[in-house]
Amino acid sequence: MDKLIDLGKYIEQGINVLEESLSGLWGAIDDVISWTVEFLNDTFLAIPFIVIIALVTFGAYYANAGKKAFKKEGIKKGVSLALFVVLGLLLIWAMGYWKEAIQTTTLVIVATIIALLFGIPLGIWAARSNTANAIIRPILDLMQTMPAFVYLIPAIFFFSVGNTPGVIATVIFSLPPAVRLTSLGIRNVPEDVIEAGHAFGATDKQILFKIQLPLAKTTILAGINQVILLALSMVVIASMVGAKGLGAIVYQGIQQNDIAKGFESGLGIVVLAIILDRITQAVAKK
Amino acid sequence: MSDNRKTKIKVEDLTLIFGKRKQEALKMLEQGVSKEEILKKTKCTVGVNRASFEIKEGEVFVIMGLSGSGKSTLIRCLNRLNEPTAGKVIFDDHDITRETNKELLETRRTEMSMVFQKFGLLPHRTILENAGFGLELRGEEKAARDERAKTALETVGLKGYEAQYPAELSGGMQQRVGLARALANDPEVLLMDEAFSALDPLIKSDMQDELLEIQDKLHKTIVFITHDLDEAIKIGDRIAIMKDGVVEQIGTAEDILTNPASEYVEAFVEKVDRKTIITAETLMFKKHTALEVHKDGPKGAVRKMRSIAVDQLPVVDEHKKFLGHVWLQDVLELEKEQGKSLEKVINTNVPSVYKHYTVEEMLPLITGIRHPLAVIEEETGKFLGLVTQTSLIIEATRFEKKEVIKLKEQANEL
Repeated sequence: MDKLIDLGKYIEQGINVLEESLSGLWGAIDDVISWTVEFLNDTFLAIPFIVIIALVTFGAYYANAGKKAFKKEGIKKGVSLALFVVLGLLLIWAMGYWKEAIQTTTLVIVATIIALLFGIPLGIWAARSNTANAIIRPILDLMQTMPAFVYLIPAIFFFSVGNTPGVIATVIFSLPPAVRLTSLGIRNVPEDVIEAGHAFGATDKQILFKIQLPLAKTTILAGINQVILLALSMVVIASMVGAKGLGAIVYQGIQQNDIAKGFESGLGIVVLAIILDRITQAVAKK
Repeated sequence: MSDNRKTKIKVEDLTLIFGKRKQEALKMLEQGVSKEEILKKTKCTVGVNRASFEIKEGEVFVIMGLSGSGKSTLIRCLNRLNEPTAGKVIFDDHDITRETNKELLETRRTEMSMVFQKFGLLPHRTILENAGFGLELRGEEKAARDERAKTALETVGLKGYEAQYPAELSGGMQQRVGLARALANDPEVLLMDEAFSALDPLIKSDMQDELLEIQDKLHKTIVFITHDLDEAIKIGDRIAIMKDGVVEQIGTAEDILTNPASEYVEAFVEKVDRKTIITAETLMFKKHTALEVHKDGPKGAVRKMRSIAVDQLPVVDEHKKFLGHVWLQDVLELEKEQGKSLEKVINTNVPSVYKHYTVEEMLPLITGIRHPLAVIEEETGKFLGLVTQTSLIIEATRFEKKEVIKLKEQANEL
């Protein structure tokens, strides 16, 4: 059957126009992201792995144990995750994927930061304006249901291959929970507290920063946790457009039908996921 | 409660309409269309319907009504948490409804503080930080606001709890924090929206006592919303009763209890314990016949007693000062003995009351006596009227008059 509506063609034309008219912008974005990713990679790789493992382990321990880090109670709470972190990271290092793990982590960090930079303000906006909410929500639904591979095509188109299209596709994929949970958290702040703020002469800005955001903190942190995990789940797909890291090894494993490679790198991703998830959850709980 | 105090807040024809076609609804309201009709035609709800009243400086003004009566909406119009559709709220000499946003913020920050039914405390901040929140919002230095917050917490009896969090405190204590937060701002007016309604009865009563104590010291102007008439009577200098957005009646507790303006108010006041509110002034028979000691001789006294069918009358001097009662028996004896002056037979050993005495205070006085209580003016001792035992017992027991008479007869037979 012939196409009645050639929607795809219009989208393609639109993207073409965007690419050509804003080529300077795309170039600048590419530069900033590539430079940041590379800089972080180089920095992390310049630090001896054992120092990083120690730092992450302590961070994980502290996130759970909190102020009681040096008391019996704190040790009880924090020791299991700390142990997991040491063993997990040592395993990655021993399997020979330290560099890739660092690259993956960097990618996740950069993508998460960008996603939050856009997601949290959008979430605040969606919480404060019903109109904004009505516009943003269907877009988020679309972003979440569209197969992640689809994002790769325009990403390559704008940024060719490399880390940047990987980061961009990851940002698009992992952005929705940041918006949704920020909005949810703010909307769930009890009306009486907001009213009290107004009654005492709070400006809109004071309401946001002194009441809404602090009270929505737990929900927003849960959103950040979701963003990180979604970003991590994108690393394999992002590797198809040239992003480096453990995802690329998995991809190689698929292409070469190399079970050993695929399993090891896959396991590495799982270890990273668990570490990132537990640490952010522990932070969110406080 | 003298009324020559300055007016602090004057509310004029204040109307608040919820809905999209406010102006249309307002016009209909002005034409006298009913609320139901307006709702049907414009889908607008009339929250407050042309309310007018004045609140005096230093007064505790209670607005009372059932839920849905518009009382909470009305109090929110005073600081414009709800935007009035029409009318004025004149605070001192400026109209709050016409303030710019900036002026309004200033009013809320310095002149009016509010206490809420649900407390509205910030769970992530300590008690001290919560109490100082109003000061923080208006940009005061931390040291200064901590100092004032501490003082306010002390005033409400929460010294020592500064470092705790709201969730660690009971409801009553949380509301003390809410009160401290309002007091820390040192506003001229306190708006209290069902402030004690969420508390247990005992704690509620404590808080009411404490509010009155604080008010004794600070003399704020307080607007207090409640659905509880007992509470209104306990703390209110004057009470406004609201129904369906309309202020039905404004007056002191006694005004309202003795002269309910409508059936609605009457239904409200029926359940109240009147003993503690109704005073001698309300109950007494004014301008009751009295004998003047140097004018009325025994003959005149007998005649007066017979003309109104009593066997006893109060006696006053030429300045209307109450002296005591005389009994018919004694007067008749005096007449037999050819005595001229009633002075000899006056029984001065009788209780008398001032006009502000309540029924509860008067009841103990009537045990063991069989005559009415004389009501006298506090300063001059001037005779004002009589309170009969029957009317006291009616007030105390709310029995019908016949039943009381029967009870009294039975008591006398014993």
